[in-house]
Amino acid sequence: MGKLNSKIPEGPLATKWTKYKASVKLVNPANKKKLEIIVIGTGLSGAGASSALGELGYSVKTFCYQDSPRRAHSVAAQGGINAAKNYQNDGDSTFRLFYDMIKGGDFRAREANVYRAAEVSNEVIDHYTALGVPFARDYGGTLDTRSFGGVQVSRTFYSKGQTGQQCLLGAYSSLNRQIKKGNVTMFPRREMLDIVLIDGKARGIIVRNLLTGEIERHSAHAVVLATGGYGTIYYLSTLAVNSNASAAWKAHKKGALFANPSFIQIHPTCVPQLNEFQAKLTLMSESLRNDGRVWVPKTKGDIRPANEIPEEERDYFLERRYPTFGNLVPRDVASRAAKERCDAGFGIGETGLAVNLDFRDSIKKQGKDIIESKYGNLFDMYKTITGIDSYIEPMRIYPAGHYTMGGLWVDYELMTTIPGLYAIGEANFSDHGANRLGAASLMQTSGDGYFILPNTISNYLADEIRVPKISTDKPEFEETEKAVLERLNKFISIKGKQTAASFHKRLGKIMWDYCGMVRNEEGLKKALVLIKELKDEFWRDLNVPGEFSELNQELEKAGRVADYFELSELLVNDALDRKESCGAHFREEYQTADGEALRNDEEFAYVAAWEYAGEGKPHILHKEELTFNEVEMKVRSYK
Amino acid sequence: MKLTLKIWRQKNARAKGNFETYKMDNVSPKMAFLEMLDALNKRLVEEDKDPVAFDHDCREGICGACGMYINGHPHGPIPAITTCHLSMRYFKEGETIWVEPWRAKSFPVIKDLIVDRTAFDKIQIAGGFISVNTGAAPEANSILIQKKKSDDAFDSAICIGCGACVAACKNASAMLFVSAKITQFALLPQGRIEAKERVRAMVEKMDEVGFGNCSNTGACEAECPKQIKLISIARLNREFYKAF
Repeated sequence: MGKLNSKIPEGPLATKWTKYKASVKLVNPANKKKLEIIVIGTGLSGAGASSALGELGYSVKTFCYQDSPRRAHSVAAQGGINAAKNYQNDGDSTFRLFYDMIKGGDFRAREANVYRAAEVSNEVIDHYTALGVPFARDYGGTLDTRSFGGVQVSRTFYSKGQTGQQCLLGAYSSLNRQIKKGNVTMFPRREMLDIVLIDGKARGIIVRNLLTGEIERHSAHAVVLATGGYGTIYYLSTLAVNSNASAAWKAHKKGALFANPSFIQIHPTCVPQLNEFQAKLTLMSESLRNDGRVWVPKTKGDIRPANEIPEEERDYFLERRYPTFGNLVPRDVASRAAKERCDAGFGIGETGLAVNLDFRDSIKKQGKDIIESKYGNLFDMYKTITGIDSYIEPMRIYPAGHYTMGGLWVDYELMTTIPGLYAIGEANFSDHGANRLGAASLMQTSGDGYFILPNTISNYLADEIRVPKISTDKPEFEETEKAVLERLNKFISIKGKQTAASFHKRLGKIMWDYCGMVRNEEGLKKALVLIKELKDEFWRDLNVPGEFSELNQELEKAGRVADYFELSELLVNDALDRKESCGAHFREEYQTADGEALRNDEEFAYVAAWEYAGEGKPHILHKEELTFNEVEMKVRSYK
Repeated sequence: MKLTLKIWRQKNARAKGNFETYKMDNVSPKMAFLEMLDALNKRLVEEDKDPVAFDHDCREGICGACGMYINGHPHGPIPAITTCHLSMRYFKEGETIWVEPWRAKSFPVIKDLIVDRTAFDKIQIAGGFISVNTGAAPEANSILIQKKKSDDAFDSAICIGCGACVAACKNASAMLFVSAKITQFALLPQGRIEAKERVRAMVEKMDEVGFGNCSNTGACEAECPKQIKLISIARLNREFYKAF
């Protein structure tokens, strides 16, 4: 494989995208209908791309594993979506949004991509508003915004604590319009099990119909992966429990490089684990930190109820360590600080793995009504899960795996290293560097789907117009399908004793303990040994009852866990390679005297893009050097 | 806690289903209902038996995937929550819990507790959208909307499409579901432009896929995990009459 070509257009940062769009190759409207595009995933990027491509006249085939595209995990995003509208007259601009993201990502993202994400953010808000997304409004009828996560302007548009749901239902409605028009054909309850390459180009997929177990072949001129992140590698995370990395991993094994896999965001404010069968950790929106104060007792093992601990015996550790930003420090900083206190023995609750998020002072100052109007639905949700009324006693929170900044490597056009294969939204690596800012994910994923990919994909498809509809009888489809079937049979024929979920849980624990919020060389090396042992046990002792030719949820899980074993090894190796601390990646060996992250720009200002070299062989590292022309690489300080 | 589960088992759409009995020991009151089913399934798989199939995904009450009839109520006996948010602390020691799939002609059972809800998608495809192409939208603040109307639109827009309203209704009516989308768009200026076509298309499809008419009982409102109000059905009717 040659040098990575990120295909960043020449010229000043602010005009790159405009210039690119003005010079990109186009496809004649009459030819678009003949070109088929497969989109996997129906979250904001997948539903957005499917509808925008359908509107342009391409023949789109869209797939999701859920029973309806409306259930994709974008639905669960709570807090909001950023845009550089500057409606508040507080000095916001495209450049400032770009700068905040570059800085927030700890200078490990590509300038040109991030600037473009900021640039299209305003169009995203216009589009969702036109689609009828009920964003919050002010009394004069204009859109309201709030301030969010580690920035000093108010640029976050929101629909209470359900912004993701509202945006996704907007995207779902635009997708439905194209389905009605016949431009998009929808295939729900299908799971992509492999990608088909013909002459090195992405030409189709093999999917399993999850209802009938039938294996299906689908061909196209280009394939788009909008399959989200891999946060469930920790088993317990804020993600939907069926979210998985399998589509991206299959593409990786067929030649798409995987970038920065170890950059995983741990969200500081989640409901802690309550029982051994816990399936997920529910996020409590970051917006709560605007009015909630985070603390633990000053005395180890203080088991008094929170309200009985007097003020002088409380350690408001975020306010103590970060007087300027206080409780509003970015997610990675807040998460590590909570872990530090709990590891030191100051954690609360039965497990000692929790800290208080206390609204007592805000309720005293602002009144219960105001707090209720801001966070009522979150307080209700917390009470539903735990039975605790947070108007009276503090919430208990602990960090949980949340968002993966890493993903498939893509160039400026969002194409992976496989020609004709694209990755959009959380599935790619491109915009968030080593740490994502709050409300930047809905913004990026929507921008990718609606506004960026539909413009860049024509540059590839313009050269494909002479390629007739691709037959699924070709030997490449035959061979790929055969390999898929062999693997499915293998899962079923092990006939061991343990469930896929129980392996997943143990893998997740290894990853969380040794490759979670804090990492070190010794732990990472130990993790590699433990993963290998567990992986061997998996292939020896897994049990999948039933057949593959029927609805079989255990079989679905087995495939996803098997892929996670492989991805976790790469993830740990990536964390080992990066001998610095940056963003969400904190290596204990590389920290300042007061325990803050120590970045190493001399040696590590690169994107680590990993190439699959074959079964049992070590991955090959390709480095995309990052250069910063518009911003100065500063030390991120929130003190 | 010790519990007895009576769970509807049905191999596939054509098979005749029946209730199977499962004894559960060591259920923690801190478990969620679906986690309790996860524990049961773990045991069944370890005994090489067919686990209970059920739809679920986000496990935080927003995706709308989960849905089962528990002790005679969609999503269980506690109001305003989804099945995944139902905590075991609401059940008593020694209790027998009956678990069934949604029962409605338009939601055929696929396996065990999984039903086919594509009829809902079909209704949305018929007209649940505003016709605007990507790139054609006006500047967002050029559309001014009264805060109250926008908030009311939001209160309907939060429908998660789970189907509890249909399961609760003796007529298996989908009118609460349809009216939620109609209400959201009827209250917004963006949605008014094609309001007539929308309501006609969605109601026509609703009838075509076999959902019944509103029974005026209000069971849908009582069981809706997102507390969509019955008044939105009144608005649907009004919008429908106005469309001719």
